[in-house]
Amino acid sequence: MDGDVLALRGISKTFGAVAALTDVDLDVAPGEVVAVVGDNGAGKSTLVKILAGVHPPDAGTITFGSGRVVISGPADAHRLGIATVFQDLALCENLDVVGNLFLGREPRGLRLDEVAMEVRSWELLGRLSANIPSVRVPVAALSGGQRQTVAIARSLLADPRVVLLDEPTAALGVAQTAEVLNLIRRLRDRGLGVIMVSHNMADVKAVADRVAVLRLGRNNGVFAAGEVTQEDIIAAITGAADNAAPGRTASASGPAEPPSGRTASARAGTESPPGRTASARDDREPRRAEEGSRP
Amino acid sequence: MTELRTRPAPAPPPGGLRAAARTTLDRVRGGDLGVLPVVAGLAVIWTVFQSLNPIFLSSTNLVNLTLESASVGVISLGVVCVLLVGQIDLSVGSISGLSAAVMAVLYVDRGLPAVVAVPAAVLLGCVIGWVYGQIFNRFGVPSFVITLAGLLGLLGVHLWLLGPKGAVNLPFDSGLVRFAQLAFVPPWLSYTLVVVAAAGLFASGHAHARARRAASLPAVSTRWLLARSVLLLAGLGAAVHYLNRTRGVGWMFVLFLALVLALHYVLSRTRYGRAVYAVGGNAEAARRAGIDVRRVYTSAFVLGTTLAAVGGVLAAARLAAVNQSSGGGDVNLNAIAAAVIGGTSLFGGRGTAFAALLGVLVIQSISSGLTLLNLDSSFRFMVTGAVLLLAVGVDSVARRSRASHGRA
Ligand SMILES: Nc1ncnc2c1ncn2[C@@H]1O[C@H](COP(=O)(O)OP(=O)(O)OP(=O)(O)O)[C@@H](O)[C@H]1O
Ligand SMILES: [Mg+2]
Repeated sequence: MDGDVLALRGISKTFGAVAALTDVDLDVAPGEVVAVVGDNGAGKSTLVKILAGVHPPDAGTITFGSGRVVISGPADAHRLGIATVFQDLALCENLDVVGNLFLGREPRGLRLDEVAMEVRSWELLGRLSANIPSVRVPVAALSGGQRQTVAIARSLLADPRVVLLDEPTAALGVAQTAEVLNLIRRLRDRGLGVIMVSHNMADVKAVADRVAVLRLGRNNGVFAAGEVTQEDIIAAITGAADNAAPGRTASASGPAEPPSGRTASARAGTESPPGRTASARDDREPRRAEEGSRP
Repeated sequence: MTELRTRPAPAPPPGGLRAAARTTLDRVRGGDLGVLPVVAGLAVIWTVFQSLNPIFLSSTNLVNLTLESASVGVISLGVVCVLLVGQIDLSVGSISGLSAAVMAVLYVDRGLPAVVAVPAAVLLGCVIGWVYGQIFNRFGVPSFVITLAGLLGLLGVHLWLLGPKGAVNLPFDSGLVRFAQLAFVPPWLSYTLVVVAAAGLFASGHAHARARRAASLPAVSTRWLLARSVLLLAGLGAAVHYLNRTRGVGWMFVLFLALVLALHYVLSRTRYGRAVYAVGGNAEAARRAGIDVRRVYTSAFVLGTTLAAVGGVLAAARLAAVNQSSGGGDVNLNAIAAAVIGGTSLFGGRGTAFAALLGVLVIQSISSGLTLLNLDSSFRFMVTGAVLLLAVGVDSVARRSRASHGRA
């Protein structure tokens, strides 16, 4: 399976004057969970979208397995077996749950096989312990967490090889979060590559094998999750450790400088154990407020 | 994915009559009103006009109503397609006039057979839609502007085609005119069609319910299916019987109904239909799901303009003439208003093919009722305007309710 590594090299992307990504590298091997972390606007979603075929990269190469691939549209990503849960979920509110799960991937035929699709929908949702009353209500009528569950279920539909999850637990309750983390582990155990964007350090520590930090659109260190402390990751995210020049390879001897006292206290909530109580949404607010005072 | 540990699936909710009623109620509360307002509105309009003038609901007048509805209804069907993807076509009236002119010039002036003249006119409509789609996709010009330009430009072509004489009469003994004015379904066939429709509804519902039960999904009871079909049989049967007391059911109206059913099938049962709703609901999400959004837009414009061309030919046949005002006046706005009144959302992604049928019945009822009261077109415009505003108002309020429920 070693041949099927998804590797990004020197990926850059600008939106007008904004350099969203500059010379970013990232690898994900089969059976590996890579967490991508970084502050708001660090470029995480842009990276995910490039892999999903939403934006073409301005520069850089993507290799998947043995060969170089060009992902010029969402259809290319699907064909390569890359499934994505977007941060904004990208659901059609007017369609029902079944319609959204199968959107663009309905079984062929003169007539939609609604029965088969519905059976499969219940099965997929069951796998996530989804708390959804009916798969025949329009998604507009679902709660944020229910929608997120639908979006995650959709990514599992077509037997992907790599799953990209952009803040998959941001809107989820405790039980559903645990379920999604379980799911991520199961996907890994089945040999899928998983890229998970998250702001929640507890989630990251719970499932990630490696943690890639993005800062202002650039790589700012890749850590082996088992050997790095939360403080080190946070330091890399905030740039408190910029002087320490963190390496790009997995290393435990990463950033040495401790984060500033202010930052550490603002993030105290993320210290909670995997069965966390504070939801990701809650702990995003102080971060946003902080942005102005960041050096 | 089968080797993944699967936990007991959340049980699909129970089926049955009460569950069906509850789901419907939930939908309405959530702002998904469907055809409810327009059916209620139609009932009110009919009651009012009947009490003002007892001729209104006479068999003769209703036969006329159906025949008048067909051409605008077909145009409106095309408008539904465009509205569903969240765009608009303001030029359907001009296209219907132009296609009528092309058909008349080819058929009468050039002496070509109808089987050539009519498809040529329809093909022209098709091409116009394709051009709209290209301009829209390539240059991102809002459809509002493209079709506003089309409205003016195509009207110009229409007038230029008709030349200085300004009108072409279709011979009364031509098949086209006879089809539109004199062709009625024989009573025995009309009743047969009603029975076939009711039986078809039951058969498809039954097959679907059986498939669902086989997959241990909740399904509606056979009794409910039977009740529904009997209701349709009785309703349609009574309507057809009433129309048959005078001239009966016109073939042109049957053609319109057939187009409604065909479009309904395409929109609700095929991948293409799903893509249309998806693009109307969230074009970016549809794109990320791998749908070729541009092609969906183009196809919607093509459907809109093609059906407008068909409607124009039908209107010309009904009038037995094409003149400078064909497709002008209120045709354009009536067709768009009908689609919206019928429950098609201007915001895209919501509505059904039946919107065109119900909406056009409302519009034509108002028009016919006011004509019977000897009120001139000034009142017709005012009342239609008020009804349109009401319909869009209902749509907007429902949308807000949906938004608040969606976020709940
Ligand atoms: N479509 C776009 N057009 C213009 N600029 C964009 C676009 N998408 C992203 N950007 C810019 O690119 C930068 C990175 O955005 P991105 O969404 O990738 O951040 P992120 O790391 O996902 O942040 P968050 O944690 O808030 O989700 C931001 O400065 C943003 O303003
Ligand atoms: Mg993001």
